Parts: sequence; structure tokens; C-alpha cells
Amino acid sequence: MTDDTRVLGLAGLQALIDALGLRGYTVIGPTVRDGAIVNAPISSLDDLPRGIGDEQDAAHYRLRDRGDEALFGFAAGAQSAKPVLFPSDELLWRSRRTADVTVIDREVEPPPGPPYALIGVRSCDLRAILMHDQILLERTAADVHYAARRAESFVVAVACTDPAGTCFCVSMDTGPSPRGGYDLALTELYADGEHRFVVAVGTDRGAEVLAEVAATTATADDVAVAERVITEASGRMGRALQTDGLKYLLYANVESPHWDDVASRCLACTNCTLVCPTCFCTSVEDVTDLTGVNAERHRVWDSCFSEEFSYIHGGSVRESTRSRYRQWITHKLAAWEDQFGSFGCVGCGRCITWCPAGIDITVEAAALRGTPRKTSQRS
Amino acid sequence: MTEAPALPKLAVWKFASCDGCQLTLLNCEDELLTIVGAVNIAYFPEATRAVVAGPYDVSLVEGSITTPEDAERIHEIRSMSRSLVTIGACATAGGIQALRNFGSVAEFRSIVYAHPEYLSTLDRSTPISAHVNVDFELRGCPVDKIQLLEVLASALQSRNPRIPTYSVCVECKRRGNICVTVANGTPCLGPVTQAGCGALCPSFARGCYGCFGPQDSPNMAGFTERLRGLGMSDEDAVRIYRTFNADAEAFRAESERISPSKEDAAR
Repeated sequence: MTDDTRVLGLAGLQALIDALGLRGYTVIGPTVRDGAIVNAPISSLDDLPRGIGDEQDAAHYRLRDRGDEALFGFAAGAQSAKPVLFPSDELLWRSRRTADVTVIDREVEPPPGPPYALIGVRSCDLRAILMHDQILLERTAADVHYAARRAESFVVAVACTDPAGTCFCVSMDTGPSPRGGYDLALTELYADGEHRFVVAVGTDRGAEVLAEVAATTATADDVAVAERVITEASGRMGRALQTDGLKYLLYANVESPHWDDVASRCLACTNCTLVCPTCFCTSVEDVTDLTGVNAERHRVWDSCFSEEFSYIHGGSVRESTRSRYRQWITHKLAAWEDQFGSFGCVGCGRCITWCPAGIDITVEAAALRGTPRKTSQRS
Repeated sequence: MTEAPALPKLAVWKFASCDGCQLTLLNCEDELLTIVGAVNIAYFPEATRAVVAGPYDVSLVEGSITTPEDAERIHEIRSMSRSLVTIGACATAGGIQALRNFGSVAEFRSIVYAHPEYLSTLDRSTPISAHVNVDFELRGCPVDKIQLLEVLASALQSRNPRIPTYSVCVECKRRGNICVTVANGTPCLGPVTQAGCGALCPSFARGCYGCFGPQDSPNMAGFTERLRGLGMSDEDAVRIYRTFNADAEAFRAESERISPSKEDAAR
């Protein structure tokens, strides 16, 4: 943290939310819905999950009462920022057939709505956003809808101080403290003294917004406490994934009998891919009305776990669940590195928590090493 | 005066069923005028007494085959139809009345009817595809209105319908639903059930009932293990597999595999 590290009180955080709203942002932050932490539009501190923590394990998610006033005292929520920046259903264009059947009037839809300010983005999810920038913006065909949304978005990251049982960002070297890619980054301090947020500034835009709210200069003590809670969080990861030589391990196990074992449990339901902050596979769906005059093209989330995903003329390339799981984990932990220069997993643990069958990427990777290990069981 | 091109003729047929799938067509309130502008409703007793003689371009068939007469009638309908589309769980998998397939019809008959000798019925309730060639099977109990319109549009436009065969979980996640199993321990057939309803029940914090039948890659044994892990007895698991799609292959086979009842084990 640098000399311009600042501190915000609770009123300061509310002022930050207000300042972003006044600048025309739709402020999206964590809130409780249907027994989980979700991202939704927020306008006040009262919308945040005050005193709410989570309990996460394979196929298990429960909220819990923390017995304190923490506003960000939970780990990865049900979804990352992915549904906000890269929505599950994006209208690409509409067309209308005119009197001359050969003429199609094509309109590209502009990205809808005001820009987003994302509050409470965790370092694992922030790393995933940076991966999406690389994948969706920096290659030959940029996703114009994502680009527009991303260019306008404002990110207030929050360091994780209480990781869950399925977290392993330390293994993937993505957290728990955000390291760039944010406009502002907060570390929440609530255990000692005044409830406050140590603020690191990441961009000029972040500094401008922060200048509008009553932030004071952080004391050496504030900075030390913030560093301490992050170090402690690093030591409380619920899971670990050994990454040494992981790529070669996966490639060497193409024909492993272990895939049959996973396939006996895998339901091919697609949940892991749809909660993954880095999974970016989509399919294009064309819809017409009964008259055939109006048509729409949508880009929708897809998953390598569905049979149709790999369908090409004549049939599906990956008919067995065995081959689909192998494809997914090999992409995440091996092929992604060849493709994009890093692991495709940020260690958020969502694929473990939200798999209804409780399949655990860290356990399966360990099993391939021939060193199956017992998972930490919190419940 | 030039004559307008003749509209494609649509027929809607009913077999053993509750009429709910036909009603889905009538429930297309906003689209009804478009429908009657796009097709000539030639035979649809639930909507109109007017009958236009066949052949028909598109026949929508609701219901399962449960009587000797119906087993004959479906062949006539097939011969009169260019495209035959089954609508709903009854026509596609035998429906809830396929529960008879797991018991003794003679016994049911003797218990329920004072004069069972007047009753002419088959031992099994079977889907339309067990009798005639079917061009497309639309799942659901009842079918989904948007999917029905898509199937109708595709038949009129001579293209393949865009009806996904993946699990209900895809629809839950696209809608932003919180998984009722993971976050609440609620048993939910979503992972083994085909999408199409828009994840209706999980959107109201209920587990999926499997109205749309098995998804394209159902891992039934793995799923039963999860139900057991949630504390469900095999007896109850058999019950949730045997509802609207009881005789759909994947659900039937798994219910028989785990059924504690001797009768089933003997089958």
C-alpha cells in the first residue's frame, strides 16, 4: 500500500455509493436474496449483508449469522461479476424482412442502460474479469457489447478477510487481496476500534471519486492491521490445489481411468461452468416469430457439459460425460495456459460449492497425481 | 382478383390426456391472431366445431395411447399429416397414466369399476412414437408456450426447432436462481431433467418435478446417490421418478433399479 492509502468510515462508504450514483452509475453490490449472497443494485449500506457470513463446502452453501457488524464478511457469492459484464442472454441484433424478401434490415443493439459500478469485487473475481478482458477484448474479434460495458464500468474491489471452505485463491495466486485492475480497493476492518475501510487507489478515476467523499489519510496502524487481516485470511483457505507441473499432469492423464470415476458422479448439469467466473463459452441462438418476418440473434451462455455443445455435422464430439469433465478440467488447468498464458481457474471455489454432486476440482486434480486427499469438512 | 396463397392446415388431436397442452395453444393470447393469420386451424375441437377435411400440413398430437381404438386412430392421423408433432409428457412418454405400466390393469379395473367388463383398455399407456413415426416430440407437462410457438414456427418454416436438451440447471443459472439443493438441501430433479419450462419451480424455491422428462445425458445412478445424501429414501426416490414422465426410459429404468417393491424387482 502506498502513501496515498486512505481510510473511510461507514458514512464514508455510504458517501462513496452516493457519489457513484450521482455520477450516473448503476451501483451493483452484494446483498442477500433466497439464502445466498447475490449481486444486485444497491443504494445504501442497509442493502449490504451486515453481519452475514457463509459456510461453503462441496455441494453446500448456507448463510450464517456472524455475530458482528461486518459488511463484507463472506467469501465468493453465488455469482461473480460475470452476469453483469457478460450477461447470460445478450441480444446481438434484430432483423425485419421487408417486402422484398432479399432485404434484411439489420440493427445492432447498443448496450443497454447506464454504466455499472461494481462494489465488493473479490480479488479472485477481479482476476477473472482481467482474463475476460484478455479473451473478449484483446483477440481478433472483440465482443463489442462486453467492451462497451467494461470500458464504462467502475470497480471497487474488497479484500477477502474471511475465506470459505471452498476457497483456494492462495493456491492460484489470485488473492485474497486485490492486486490491480480496480479503481478503488477496500480492506474492511471491524474487529478492533472503529468500523472502517482502508482504501487503495488504483486509477485516476478512482482518486477523483474518492476525493468527493470524506476519506482521511490512513495511519500506519490502519495499514498494519489491514495487512495483518489479509495475511490471516491467506492462512485460512478451505482448499488447496497443488499447481506444480499441473499442465503436464493433466496432459499425461488423457486416458486416466479416473475420468470414469468422475463421470459416475458428474450429473452433466452444467452448474460448474455457469458459476465459474472465467468460463466464457456461449452459443448463438436465432429466433423467429411465426410470421418469419422478425428474427433475433442472441448470444447465450453455453456449457461444455451439454451434449449439444460439441455437436457438429454427424453428432456430438464429446458424447460421454467422462470426456466432458476431462475437457473442462484440462482446459481450466492446462490448455488455458497454452491458450492465454495462465491457469483458467482463479480459486474462487464456486464450482465445488455449487456442484449438486459435490465434485471438487482440487480433489480430482489431486487424485490424478495419485495422492487423493481428504477434503476439509466444515459442516 | 388474385387468390391469397392457401394457409398451411393445422390439426390438433387428443388422446389420453388432460387437455392442458392443447390449452397451452389457446393460452397464447397475445399470439393467437398471429397464429390464425399464419395457419388455417382445420381441426381443433377444443377451440372450434368447424372441421376442414384432411390432409393436414401439421398435426399436433396430445395424449398417450391407452385403448385399442386409439391405437388404430393414430395411424389414420399419421396418414393424413405431413408433419406430426407430439405435445406433452403423455404423447411423448405415456404421461402420468403410464403408472399403470408398473401395476396390474386388471386389478385396477376390478377395484375402480362396478362393471369392468364394459371397459376396453390396454395394459400399457404408450407414447405416440411407439405406434407411428413422429417428426418431433415436444416435452413438458404441460408444454411451454414459447417452445410450442417455436415448434409451430419451425414446422411452418421447414427448419429444425430450437429446443435445447440440456438440464433445467442451465435455465436456473441463466435466470440467476439460487440452487435450491445446494443452498437449502431441497431435492430437485433439475440436474437430470430437460430444460424448457424456464426453471419454473426452482424460481419459486421449489425443487424441479421433472415435467420435461430426462435431459440428454442423465446420470441417474449418480443422481440417486445425491438424493440419498439429502436423506431421501429409495421408496421416495422411486415416487419422484414416477410422476409425469414415469415411463420415460431413464426415469423408468432408474425407478426399477432402486425400487424396493418385489413386484417391480420381478419385472
